[in-house]
Amino acid sequence: MGFELFSFFKGGVHPPGNKHFTEDKPIEKAKVPALVYIPLQQHIGAPCEPTVKPGDQVKMGQVIGQQKGHVCAPIHSSVSGKVKSIIPFATAHGSKIQTIVIENDGLDTPAESIIGRNVDEVSAQEILDTVLNAGIVGLGNATFPTHVKLSPPADKVIEAVILNGAECEPYLTADHRLMVEEPDAVVGGLRLIMRVLDVETGYIGIEDNKPDAIAAIEKAIGDYPNITIKTLKTKYPQGCERNLIETITGRQVPSGGLPMDVGIIVNNVTTAAQIYKSVSTGMPLIERTVTITGRGINNPRNLLVRFGTLVSDVIEECGGLSCEPGKIIIGGPMMGVAQHTMDIPITKGVSGIVFMPRDEVKEEEILPCIRCAKCIQVCPIRLMPLSISAHSLRGEYDTCETLHALDCVECGACSYICPSKRPLQESIKLAKQVIIDRRRNEN
Amino acid sequence: MDNTLIVSASPHIRSKESVSRIMLDVILALIPAAIAAVIIFGWRVLLVIVVSVLGAVITEAIIQKLMKKPVTIKDLSAVVTGILLAYNMPPTIPLWIVLIGSIIAIALVKQAFGGLGQNFMNPALAARAILFAAWPVEMTNWQRPLIDAFSNATSSATPLPILKDGETWAKLPPLWDVFVGKIGGSIGEISALALLLGAAYLLIRGVINWRIPLTYIGTVGLLTWIFGTDGFFTGRGLYHIFSGGLILGAFFMATDYPTSPVTPIGQIIMGIGCGIITSVIRLVGGYPGGVSYSILIMNVATPLIERYTRPRIYGEVKNNV
Repeated sequence: MGFELFSFFKGGVHPPGNKHFTEDKPIEKAKVPALVYIPLQQHIGAPCEPTVKPGDQVKMGQVIGQQKGHVCAPIHSSVSGKVKSIIPFATAHGSKIQTIVIENDGLDTPAESIIGRNVDEVSAQEILDTVLNAGIVGLGNATFPTHVKLSPPADKVIEAVILNGAECEPYLTADHRLMVEEPDAVVGGLRLIMRVLDVETGYIGIEDNKPDAIAAIEKAIGDYPNITIKTLKTKYPQGCERNLIETITGRQVPSGGLPMDVGIIVNNVTTAAQIYKSVSTGMPLIERTVTITGRGINNPRNLLVRFGTLVSDVIEECGGLSCEPGKIIIGGPMMGVAQHTMDIPITKGVSGIVFMPRDEVKEEEILPCIRCAKCIQVCPIRLMPLSISAHSLRGEYDTCETLHALDCVECGACSYICPSKRPLQESIKLAKQVIIDRRRNEN
Repeated sequence: MDNTLIVSASPHIRSKESVSRIMLDVILALIPAAIAAVIIFGWRVLLVIVVSVLGAVITEAIIQKLMKKPVTIKDLSAVVTGILLAYNMPPTIPLWIVLIGSIIAIALVKQAFGGLGQNFMNPALAARAILFAAWPVEMTNWQRPLIDAFSNATSSATPLPILKDGETWAKLPPLWDVFVGKIGGSIGEISALALLLGAAYLLIRGVINWRIPLTYIGTVGLLTWIFGTDGFFTGRGLYHIFSGGLILGAFFMATDYPTSPVTPIGQIIMGIGCGIITSVIRLVGGYPGGVSYSILIMNVATPLIERYTRPRIYGEVKNNV
């Protein structure tokens, strides 16, 4: 297998990687707290209905939130114990969500329904059922229910599956460590996905700053013929789905369309590994690897965290805060969400928590746009961020739509590069929201 | 302790790029030309530059104070305007004209339209055009290079009027003299060598890109070569490239952010447009130079150019446009 270096489009940015905090730290199991807070919505789509009530005994891996509607994923208990209460609780994306609080009995008694299968014999339908029943969602960041992604409409011909192992966000190393430590699960997961979709071609895209992951995955692929590693140039946002597809297959997803429109399905490497684990062990998605990192935490680590563990719990486990915190970011520094409290439960979409000390969080003075065009140069979608932003700030959302605001992938490269420190991405996101709301109201 | 957490929109990290850093890069890139000017014309040119810069900076500060806006002189953009204005004046220019020029550039062309990034014409060039109309004699009072003694150049005249009239070609200074700047001309335009050093720095730093300068210079070189005074393909393209402020204009003024297109194709159109207008003025116009007017004309066309050159986005379907 040749090692070619693939890069996407012109543009992109090179923020400091800051992966050194955790890239060499093996994944360790985090302590499971006495109380877990499990929100009933941890995915894009409808919230789940609780299937338990306060006082009920639950087992590890038992369904506690039942799927409601197609675009949804069931929620399972991450511990065994007793349901304490069901209360609205703050989550990483700001809003309060109905959350099941469970008292952990520390026994980790698994639910009876958990039965592993032989991954070599399992059928496509059985895999798909497992993906649905195990509550698997996109673990990169998107949390889109994976069973929906793996059930394309009959008229869409899928030709290839791409696993996204770019992990282009600075600081984050969860995908990286998983590829190094569990390459067989990643490759096995890809093979299961290929079986579900009945495709012959699989790619794994990994940035060239992770040579150990590339080596491990290459070894795991072994002689399996139809899976190819694509080594990607380290550049942000290399892991942006649309650009990854263009880099690897040369195809462009049509504006407003989905990857399946060009015959491609993209999944994150961690999602693939989870599919493999859930099929082989029967255990649904109840924990994930989270990179706990940044200068603001004493002992940065990659932790395997049970869902419902609070950010404050893992702070303790990582040696506490090293100084006065400035920002606590769920996700990476480019696309992550800054939190107002440390009592946020870790859920399916949390791939990292970055602790930035106060002195790293500068309030930058916003200057007028000098039209340097750097935002145009770096935009992976080749939008004109300066123009969309200017119209958005004036409330001219129709013009924003004409300028393709809806195609923005919200990578933040424009805001990152702007010498005038203008809120480009923020204002484009606002325009997108207004345009989407208007369309919804029209229908 | 929770109350101390800062919440703001992503991205949570920003690059080291800044407006003042960009302006500082431009200033640094203009220094070799100042050194060349001092060597060629003497210390007085430094005085012209200082008066122009101070005039621009102080005008900006006063206007912003009067309009009760934050004073933004530390972004260094007024310094750049001051230097560029001085570079477009002859070394003999009376200092009071310099001062008037810098006031016009900042007050009328930049601040009256909203300040940084809002002006629709290059402030230094617009001011120069006004000065040229008001004091044509002072604005064309060229000085003999002090280092004439080392060269064969015999005239303080700039090469452009000679180029216009094929019969006097014998008077043309050697191309090398034109390239290094042993000729008459405006303060900052004479040494193509010094300007190219600065231009290379700006290209390496990513402050400017090749599109406008290369297409501009290429177009002028090509057109002036094709349409020579002795028939087709007899023109002195290289002389045209290295004289009359083309290098200064192409790298440092046509690339001015607010007044040139932000789109890649728009930048190429800007360069070619400037090149055509400059060549037409030089070859058939009644005026020897053409750089500043061509840039000003293309400045005005910039919004129009941008409208029709929006890049095709990722995944854009052709019939959707």
